[in-house]
Amino acid sequence: MNSGSLTDTRITRKFAQLKKQNRKAFVAFLTGGDPDYDTSRSLVCGLPQAGVDLIEVGIPFSDPMADGPAIQASSQRALKAGMTLPKTLQLIRDFRKNDDSTPIVLMGYYNPIYRYGVDRFVHECTSSGVDGLIIVDLPPEEDKELCDPALTAGLHWIRLVTPSTDDSRIESVLHNVSGFVYYIAVLGVTGTRRAITDHIEIAVARLREYTDFPIAVGFGIKTPEHARSVAEKADGIVIGSAIVDLIKANLDNDGLPNSGIAETVHSYIREIADSVIQA
Amino acid sequence: MNSPTESAIESYRAGPDDTGHFGIYGGRFVAETLMPLILNVEKAYNQARQDPDFQAEFDYFAKHYIGRPSPLYHAARLSEHLGGPKIYFKRDELNHTGAHKINNTLGQILLARRMKKTRIIAETGAGQHGVATATVCALFDLPCVVYMGETDIERQAPNVFRMKLLGAEVVPVTSGTGTLKDAMNEALRDWVANVETTFYIIGTVAGPHPYPQMVREFQSVIGNETREQILEAENRLPDCLVACIGGGSNAMGLFHPFLDERDIRIIGVEAAGLGVETGKHAASITGGQPGVLHGNRTYLLQTDDGQIIDAHSISAGLDYPGIGPEHSWLNDTGRVQYVSVTDQEALDAFQLCCQTEGIIPALEPAHALAHVTKIASEFDNNQILIMNLCGRGDKDVFSVADALGETL
Ligand SMILES: Cc1ncc(COP(=O)(O)O)c(C=O)c1O
Repeated sequence: MNSGSLTDTRITRKFAQLKKQNRKAFVAFLTGGDPDYDTSRSLVCGLPQAGVDLIEVGIPFSDPMADGPAIQASSQRALKAGMTLPKTLQLIRDFRKNDDSTPIVLMGYYNPIYRYGVDRFVHECTSSGVDGLIIVDLPPEEDKELCDPALTAGLHWIRLVTPSTDDSRIESVLHNVSGFVYYIAVLGVTGTRRAITDHIEIAVARLREYTDFPIAVGFGIKTPEHARSVAEKADGIVIGSAIVDLIKANLDNDGLPNSGIAETVHSYIREIADSVIQA
Repeated sequence: MNSPTESAIESYRAGPDDTGHFGIYGGRFVAETLMPLILNVEKAYNQARQDPDFQAEFDYFAKHYIGRPSPLYHAARLSEHLGGPKIYFKRDELNHTGAHKINNTLGQILLARRMKKTRIIAETGAGQHGVATATVCALFDLPCVVYMGETDIERQAPNVFRMKLLGAEVVPVTSGTGTLKDAMNEALRDWVANVETTFYIIGTVAGPHPYPQMVREFQSVIGNETREQILEAENRLPDCLVACIGGGSNAMGLFHPFLDERDIRIIGVEAAGLGVETGKHAASITGGQPGVLHGNRTYLLQTDDGQIIDAHSISAGLDYPGIGPEHSWLNDTGRVQYVSVTDQEALDAFQLCCQTEGIIPALEPAHALAHVTKIASEFDNNQILIMNLCGRGDKDVFSVADALGETL
């Protein structure tokens, strides 16, 4: 399979534009439908305005093995409020009504997609305006399942590279990858440990020997200062757990969102974006 | 389903293939963070299984510590009572710690030692696998952390205390629905965060390759002994094998050595809980669909949206929303028949076993026995049926008393 044909997409255009402006990418993750569909839609739709360059929307799953407590809980909230895979695709369609340039990547686990049907899913992704996929539990060994059909349909396939990905695996992990590479800066699950900047510099340098695609670094970034210092070492940063934690902090005891939730989340994101811009 | 038909299959014992698949089932559906770890386990395991010293070490502890071989016992009174085949029990309930689980934990801890790992983690539902893991950790002086759902910790207090006596740390899991599947998620999370030091001992024939194969091979001691013992006792092979299925390890252990004897009828018994039609059950094959969870493709209890549903069974050891991938394949190829038995039927069989044989079985094999009572009349009395009595019932007396309305 050749991913080289995906050269003019929302993702490639975004990274090209950032490069021209000498800026780093700010990638924001949140779970689709957290805490409910309508709130989630206003959260997602306001992200570009708040300074996000690329959006990752999580497809909620009952058993998100690779995620820490924060993202697990956000998945549970979304499921409880009735979120499904078809509704996640609807969320992207809603977003695309007013924004045709911000790249959107769906992130999730394979089982909901497998149940939905791979061909149908890939088709719905392209027609609703999804640009790429990160499916956590599909390693290169299982590329036939979804990676190959997704590439054929013109979707980017983005994979996680971790500190435990040694030289013997790195080529197979990067094979088929396009758009950007997502480097997980810590061993472990999302949101639990803080990425260490020294280590990132070495890791990114090593990755550069293997790929020309932009490298975004994530896992454990919370503060504007931390975001900026990581951004200086890479092509972009990803923030997820800190955002969903903030969503949680703006729910009342019954799990209903405060009226100001979108403003609060967007102003936090604005702070991060302003800091990343200086990187 | 694109599985080959029964006649086209040369051997049912050949799987998995190099990438860990049994037909469309199995595989390695894990995050990149885990991939290098399971590749290391696979490499180490492939070396160990070729090494006579490894086998000799396993055999030594199997004999002197676990108490193997376990007897193959002719349950004469029960056979007479049911009026069908000659029924034999493979008595793995007599093992040290009271179930078959220790066959596997012994094998895996020996592998962990070869790999120079210094810390062991495990998931447990009923606590049987947790106890079996804590036991071998005490034996080999390795620290042990057992993840256990909060709800299960309440239901299985005696086993929680046993694990603590054996020196294990029991970590309550509240994420998700706080049950066995969440405990497994939590153990996987621990593993990716502690790559260097830690070995994950999975308790059944599930998880990413090579676990389903590895656990099957450690548990095959059950079927291999059974084969020798029945030949010695009857000078012929059995007509039927029956075992209960949670994840399916005791069943794979008994079945696997006999899979290519196509005349032998082989039956796996899932837990139907309150009845498969009620939705409150643990029968992944009877009442589930293929999906991907915990590193493998297999039959799962799930919603139309692919969200995993909690299992229900009176027997905590069968309370898992999936089943080992090899069973899924054996089902689709038609080699093994999968049936289910309700809580109530299992309770009745539990009491029957106590009364006719003086053996208090675990609730898990009581499910197997309940099915034996249903099919006994299909056999005549010179036929032989072997049931895996894979655990003893000491751990279950409280739940059974409760179900029978007795206060202790
Ligand atoms: C006695 C007994 N039998 C059966 C099981 C189910 O596991 P498996 O299907 O892997 O044998 C358990 C699990 O705890 C058990 O304790």
